[in-house]
Amino acid sequence: MEMCLNCLKEGQQGRITRLTVDTGLHRRLLDFGLTAGTAVLCLRKSPSGDPVLYRIRGTMLALRNKDSGAVFVEVAP
Amino acid sequence: MRKLCLVGNPNVGKSTLFNALTGLRQHTGNWPGKTVEVARGEYSYKGRDYFVTDLPGTYSLSSLSPEEAVTEEYLRGEEDFILALCDATCLERSLILVLQLLALGKPTIVCVNLMDEAQKEGLDIDLARLEKCLKVPVLPLSAGKKEGVEELRELLRQYFDGFLPVPSRPSLQDAAESYVQKAQDIAATCLSEQKGKKPNLTEKLDAVLLHPVWGYGVLFVLLLGVFWLTVQGANYPSQGLQWCFDRLGGLLWRGAEGLSLPTWLSGALLEGIYATVARVVSVMLPPMAIFFPLFTLLEDFGYLPRVAFLTDHAFASAGACGKQSLTMCMGLGCNAVGVTGCRIIHSPRERLIALLTNAFVPCNGRFPALLLLITFSFGGNGLRGAFCLLLCLLLCVAMTLLTSRLLSKTVLRGEASSFVLELPPYRRPRVGQVLLRSMLDRTLFVLGRAAAVAAPAGLLIWCLANLHLGNESLLGWTADFLEPVGSLLGMNGALLLAFLLGSPANELVLPIFLLILSPQGGSAGEIMSQNGWTWQMSLCAIVFFLFHWPCTTTLLTVKKETGSFKWTALAALLPTAFGALLCLLLTAIFRILG
Repeated sequence: MEMCLNCLKEGQQGRITRLTVDTGLHRRLLDFGLTAGTAVLCLRKSPSGDPVLYRIRGTMLALRNKDSGAVFVEVAP
Repeated sequence: MRKLCLVGNPNVGKSTLFNALTGLRQHTGNWPGKTVEVARGEYSYKGRDYFVTDLPGTYSLSSLSPEEAVTEEYLRGEEDFILALCDATCLERSLILVLQLLALGKPTIVCVNLMDEAQKEGLDIDLARLEKCLKVPVLPLSAGKKEGVEELRELLRQYFDGFLPVPSRPSLQDAAESYVQKAQDIAATCLSEQKGKKPNLTEKLDAVLLHPVWGYGVLFVLLLGVFWLTVQGANYPSQGLQWCFDRLGGLLWRGAEGLSLPTWLSGALLEGIYATVARVVSVMLPPMAIFFPLFTLLEDFGYLPRVAFLTDHAFASAGACGKQSLTMCMGLGCNAVGVTGCRIIHSPRERLIALLTNAFVPCNGRFPALLLLITFSFGGNGLRGAFCLLLCLLLCVAMTLLTSRLLSKTVLRGEASSFVLELPPYRRPRVGQVLLRSMLDRTLFVLGRAAAVAAPAGLLIWCLANLHLGNESLLGWTADFLEPVGSLLGMNGALLLAFLLGSPANELVLPIFLLILSPQGGSAGEIMSQNGWTWQMSLCAIVFFLFHWPCTTTLLTVKKETGSFKWTALAALLPTAFGALLCLLLTAIFRILG
């Protein structure tokens, strides 16, 4: 089942399927190893709900919902 | 020349290794904003000198931010031996940059740092295999414990002396994605996790520090704590320094008499220049010497990105970036440092917003004056004073957010930028190193600035105070001239003139003010009471202290960072406009209430 990255609940894991972000952000995400096929874990949401902390390849990254909305993940049902 | 450079991701321990290699034989740029300046140092080993450059942390060579572009530019231009640093706890991610570095085809050694941390987390790295995959030497390090540093020195010597062939690979340009894939493959073969991994410290701490309630609570308490420590802790050293300078001043006076210097000359030199510089240094140095080490300790520990995480939402809705909260914290120490620190914000639009609003946060130089006004009119022992200061700070934060929003709706219109923030694992801060570096960098720099800025200002003020028009000094005459504007703003002409003359450094405003009111001297409290100073005037003065044009050093820094007169003018205008408006408003309210 495919959904946006920002739809993941805290503690939920997913696998990235595709990215529809603009070049600048794409480059930045690539530097952190965010590519199709990478496993992502939603660690926690900020108290206001935005940004959200994810674990990717051992790194903890905070992303704004506006940006993670353009990243799609596959979640095991 | 034996030159080498340290390259790697942020938080990988480059600075720790750099310090371990060079010790005290190093210097940074004039503003020690972390990872923003290139640090250069040297060390001697077996009779030869080695020159080391610590490049800013970067995630990639084809980077988008000017801060990271420094690395790419440097490597393109220089022929240094590259020390590519990896984080053993984050091997896969670190390898992405390493692979890009190896593709440059320059002599490289890969150092895997933080081996001790990896061991604690139950990670096991097959270094021999890694070396085979990367085809360059791989050295394990725990730079914080100085483990592996001697081996590194020895290995470098062997390469430079020609005992070993220089390690490099043919330069290959590859698509960005393939580096990620390669890094993953290599890490998969070399990395293994032991069973029974303990839950790590970072996760446990973040559960509290990023908690919806406790997170903000801790932030609030920490800020209050740092504030209180700075304000209280600086008291005695400031008095001590002033005492020393007074003693020295006495000796200088006697020397001047001995040399039969004309009174106007000794007056100008000793009362004008020396006394002013002495005062600025004794007021300015102790708080900075406390604040910046504390701030750097928090940064070393890894807490600051958490602050950006907790505050990003508020800033994003103002059209700015969460990292602005960090530049504001730096501005608390010194606005010019805060302005330079804005380089950590990638988006040019958001960087400008942070730049232009940095002066809305009061720097260390304003604390003593603020505290004096608070104590004089609103009473207060140490804690109460700090609490009032915190209220002022909250007002400053609110105004910053308001102005940021205003800017992003008018002159700096644009979309909220993309925001990718890494939260590094918590690390034990290197206390000794931090304190020493902070003190050295700060001390030398502050002393330099004090002399450069306070000296001419002191001379000018002395001249104005001692040249007379009729039976009043020029200083008093100008103060009277400014009285109408001053009282319109709820203060008086003397304070307004003090603000103007104190433009080089906020520390000067209060002393100048007291000097104008009472050229003979006396305690602040006495002088203010004798001149009819009321609590309403204190309130307006406090507001204007918080919101007025930045000091000339800050303005010069803004000009340097933006390269534009337009933005510098706006940086001066914004806080002044708000300060004046607020003062006018307060005065009107006071008048209405009778």
